[in-house]
Amino acid sequence: MSMENLYLLVPLAPLVGAIIAGLFGKVIGRAWSHRVTIALVAVSFFASVSIFNDVQAGNEFNGAIYTWLTSGHTSFQVGFLIDKLTATMMLVVTFVSLMVHIYTIGYMQEDPGYQRFFSYISLFTFSMLMLVMANNFMQLFFGWEAVGLVSYLLIGFWYQRPTAIYANLKAFLVNRVGDFGFLLGIGLVLMVFGTLQYDAVFANVASHAADMAPIPGMSVNLITAICVLLFIGAMGKSAQFPLHVWLPDSMEGPTPISALIHAATMVTAGIFMVARMSPMYELSDAALSFVMVIGAITALFMGFLGIIQNDIKRVVAYSTLSQLGYMTVALGASAYTGAIFHLMTHAFFKALLFLAAGSVIIAMHHDQDIRNMGGLRKYMPITWITSLIGSLALIGTPFFSGFYSKDSIIEAVALSGLPGSGFAYFAVVAGVFVTAFYSFRMYFLVFHGEERFGKAHHHDAHDAHADADDHDHHHGLAPGQKPHETSWVITLPLILLAIPSVFIGYVAIGPMLHAEYFGDAIYIAANHPAMHELTEEFEGPVAMAMHALHTLPFWLAVLGVVSAWFCYMKRPEIPAMVQKRFQFIYTLLDNKYYFDRFNDWFFAGGARRISGVFWKIGDVKIIDGWIVNGSANAVGLFSRVVRHLQSGYIYHYAFSMIIGVFVLLSVRTWF
Amino acid sequence: MIFGFPVISVAIWLPIIFGILVLATGDDKNAPLARMIALVGSVLGFLVTIPLYTGFMLDTAEMQFVERHQWIPRFNIEYFLGVDGISVLFILLTAFFTPLVVVAGWKVIEKRVAQYMASFLIMSGIMIGVFAALDAILFYVFWEAMLIPMFLIIGVWGGANRVYAAVKFFLYTLLGSLLMLVALIYLYNQSGGSFSILDFHQTLIPMSAQILIFIAFFFAFAVKVPMFPVHTWLPDAHVEAPTGGSVVLAAIMLKVGAYGFLRFSMPIAPDASHELAGVMIALSLIAVVYIGLVALTQTDMKKLVAYSSISHMGFVTLGFFIFNAYGMEGALLQMISHGFVSGALFLCIGVLYDRMHSRNIADYGGVVNTMPVFAAFFMLFAMANSGLPGTSGFVGEFIVILGAVKANFWYAFAAASTLIFGAAYTLWMYKRVIFGAVANSHVAELTDLTWREIAIFTVLAITVLGMGLYPLPFSEIMHTSVNEFLVHVARSKLPM
Repeated sequence: MSMENLYLLVPLAPLVGAIIAGLFGKVIGRAWSHRVTIALVAVSFFASVSIFNDVQAGNEFNGAIYTWLTSGHTSFQVGFLIDKLTATMMLVVTFVSLMVHIYTIGYMQEDPGYQRFFSYISLFTFSMLMLVMANNFMQLFFGWEAVGLVSYLLIGFWYQRPTAIYANLKAFLVNRVGDFGFLLGIGLVLMVFGTLQYDAVFANVASHAADMAPIPGMSVNLITAICVLLFIGAMGKSAQFPLHVWLPDSMEGPTPISALIHAATMVTAGIFMVARMSPMYELSDAALSFVMVIGAITALFMGFLGIIQNDIKRVVAYSTLSQLGYMTVALGASAYTGAIFHLMTHAFFKALLFLAAGSVIIAMHHDQDIRNMGGLRKYMPITWITSLIGSLALIGTPFFSGFYSKDSIIEAVALSGLPGSGFAYFAVVAGVFVTAFYSFRMYFLVFHGEERFGKAHHHDAHDAHADADDHDHHHGLAPGQKPHETSWVITLPLILLAIPSVFIGYVAIGPMLHAEYFGDAIYIAANHPAMHELTEEFEGPVAMAMHALHTLPFWLAVLGVVSAWFCYMKRPEIPAMVQKRFQFIYTLLDNKYYFDRFNDWFFAGGARRISGVFWKIGDVKIIDGWIVNGSANAVGLFSRVVRHLQSGYIYHYAFSMIIGVFVLLSVRTWF
Repeated sequence: MIFGFPVISVAIWLPIIFGILVLATGDDKNAPLARMIALVGSVLGFLVTIPLYTGFMLDTAEMQFVERHQWIPRFNIEYFLGVDGISVLFILLTAFFTPLVVVAGWKVIEKRVAQYMASFLIMSGIMIGVFAALDAILFYVFWEAMLIPMFLIIGVWGGANRVYAAVKFFLYTLLGSLLMLVALIYLYNQSGGSFSILDFHQTLIPMSAQILIFIAFFFAFAVKVPMFPVHTWLPDAHVEAPTGGSVVLAAIMLKVGAYGFLRFSMPIAPDASHELAGVMIALSLIAVVYIGLVALTQTDMKKLVAYSSISHMGFVTLGFFIFNAYGMEGALLQMISHGFVSGALFLCIGVLYDRMHSRNIADYGGVVNTMPVFAAFFMLFAMANSGLPGTSGFVGEFIVILGAVKANFWYAFAAASTLIFGAAYTLWMYKRVIFGAVANSHVAELTDLTWREIAIFTVLAITVLGMGLYPLPFSEIMHTSVNEFLVHVARSKLPM
């Protein structure tokens, strides 16, 4: 098979799977639906492996598949760019997707929408692959919106739940706010460069570095304007402050998609996009600073929210937000390779953590409140060990994958000289403690300590769902009932994801971060030497881990774990005390900094109020009431008046004639 | 003409003749026969337009398939037909929708079946005539004739408040059409005694007259588009019209107004068009933003989609008056796509209305539980209406926004707000109607789509996705004509 056909096979195989499961799912049945989709995603994965090896051998590709549209003198094409960045992303996407497909067999077992679910996740895989394989902005936008669509469909998968269908609409609209900026950025690119092909744009970008943006009334550098607009899109998709609000709510979707879409792949699309655009971002320090500060805010402040969550999935969700913030900070520090590296390690350990959370949720009969758990390690050893591995990777324990990527980011930020890097450094270092604290708070509450399950539900975190009794609803274990380990289709993906969560950092840091691995795919300007300096200091993964043992982040992580243990295992009364003492802060965090309330009141409510005013006053009262019906009434009024002139009596007409003659004569006489 | 075969005349008169045949079947005793003849006529009517696409030469901006005969020699009025890259696709679009409308009304219309079917067939022929006429009087005749079947459709098969809607529509259109006639007579004199639109294009006209001509045409065409602020007839007309009427109104009749700008206003009065472009762009952007917001709180599904139509047509007029190739081609693509998408959405609402006899969003909720197949189709069309890439709804909006950035960044800024508003009003409606638990006993009793409805929606779904994934066949046919058009409107027509 030629390489071009192999490239095509990667996205098309899952698309075919999605179509078969979606249109003929009822005909072929449940078992065949998952067999077909899994087989086709596996095909896609193995093709990606083969392409990855081929790219390592130096065979890159950049070419069109077909011309989508021509307009003016511009040809819009659908095409692939296969370089090391793409190949890496393809591998991550197809691998995690395959794991999630297998896991779904177990997780969705009893769900009536089984085939539909497989169709959606395969469609998602297709969309995400189109996004990462694009060689132009138009196709990037296609993939960008298509993953948004599938995310919408999957968050609202349980469409009977009011919270789910609220969350999916919110996710779609918040993402559209980001896409609004993204599309305008694309428009500026086309206007200035006359093409949307990456290679042509990047080749010419340097010659426009000093141009002003063609935005009337604003004097801003062109590249800065483009980069900031594109980044607004990334803020939506990658859930960066203040467009992060949709991601926690997206947990309404089934857990497999939280792992696949809202942790490992889709939400990293923004990170990937900025890395892909590195030749552009490198030309604008202002844009990089903006990126870094937004990322730092997200990394630290979203971490805080993770501390007070009691829903197991929401803790992981806030952790995802915070880790996405780390990646974004890395982008701002010109450590694109660091961001992609963290993207990759995070994809493995976060997918692991989510799937493990799902395993716990199944064992708990869909009770998601960690206050009702405890001591699960006895009953679910595989889930326990793999969760521990995931948590250790997340908090950056030396030798685990997350350590290599996160520590590289922290080091790179320390070396960055851009405005805002001081704050960003503080945020990512402080974030280490926060991450360790909330991760191990959850870990201890779930797997260690007193067994709190099987009791009457004194905590009802899920009162919002109280109306539906469908699958995945908050049931909880009956009194006396014990949880037990989940089936192999669930634990196998956990084990397969745990392996890279441990080793991938150790194996990959040398080649990926410090050996020109990405080649031309990522460009770093000479005035942003952070990554370069890191490479010079790098003396192998072992030395890096040993060195870390006497740095601040390591001890902060240790402190975080210890304080979590102390607060939730040793002295469980402390959190309640702290909560009482700092009621103000707790209320602020519990309300998620009031973003949701503000957005609901200001944007959603405001739009509806304006809409009502425009309609009732503009359309109904002014245009219809005054002008349309008004002119009709005026005609009516006029005819009512002139009707009196046509009374039909001869003497009226004769009288008017006489008056008329008299008036005419007078006029002639006087003038 | 190809091989001496008058393709356009056949496309116009074949559906009209079939319409008369349908009328001849008489009263509702023969309804099955009337339906069958109507179906055959409408399908044939579509098939005969296909040579217009396959035989179309891409490399010329000249009129093709031209038919030119004397009609009223005393005033040099001709039976003059022809198509170029701008008009050809609308003829296909018109003929494409007629069979769909006939099938959609198959069971639902039980009274005066023959008259109903005949109205649509005859209207289809007349609208093709509007798009193909190159003689101004011939155009005017078709233009006015087009309203008669639509009045009947709303007036006879319409809802409770149909009289108000019809009167409103009449008030709006009367003024515009008469002013257009005055402008045509002025042009007849100015061009030295010709009613050929192509001659009008070459006629030199002083600025003051151009402005007046532009305004006269504006009233005729802006009402049809409809542009803000002459749009308020449309929601009422849609609400009162039967499903088929709404489909044709949204899919085809709105395009006639936009087409008028391209055939008359802009090439005949290019200097005035440039002079007044600022006003036109402002009205277009108001349509996009203001109407997009108004759509948000509509409680009637048909009104919501009607407002959404006005907002989407704002992209069309915006694309025209930014005077670049992206804008123009994007606008034409948007017109075609809007035909498919709005037609499909009105059919979706029709499906619900036929079962529940309510267009009120609040009467629904949880329809997906009882009509999953319908929900899937409706999702696709709702997403197309929100401009999702991969559907036809994206193509035109995307290209127009790119063109708007080129003209002025802030135009694009305002227009791109449709990404948010368009998604908000469409998906919020979708959520309230389709998602959720079964809302009431009426929803619980709903039955999913019949095979006939599935057939209609499948055809539209394939079209919407096909155009979204591969719009090139739609755009390449218009290239040469659009380029020529832009060159033409860039040339001043002021007398030396």
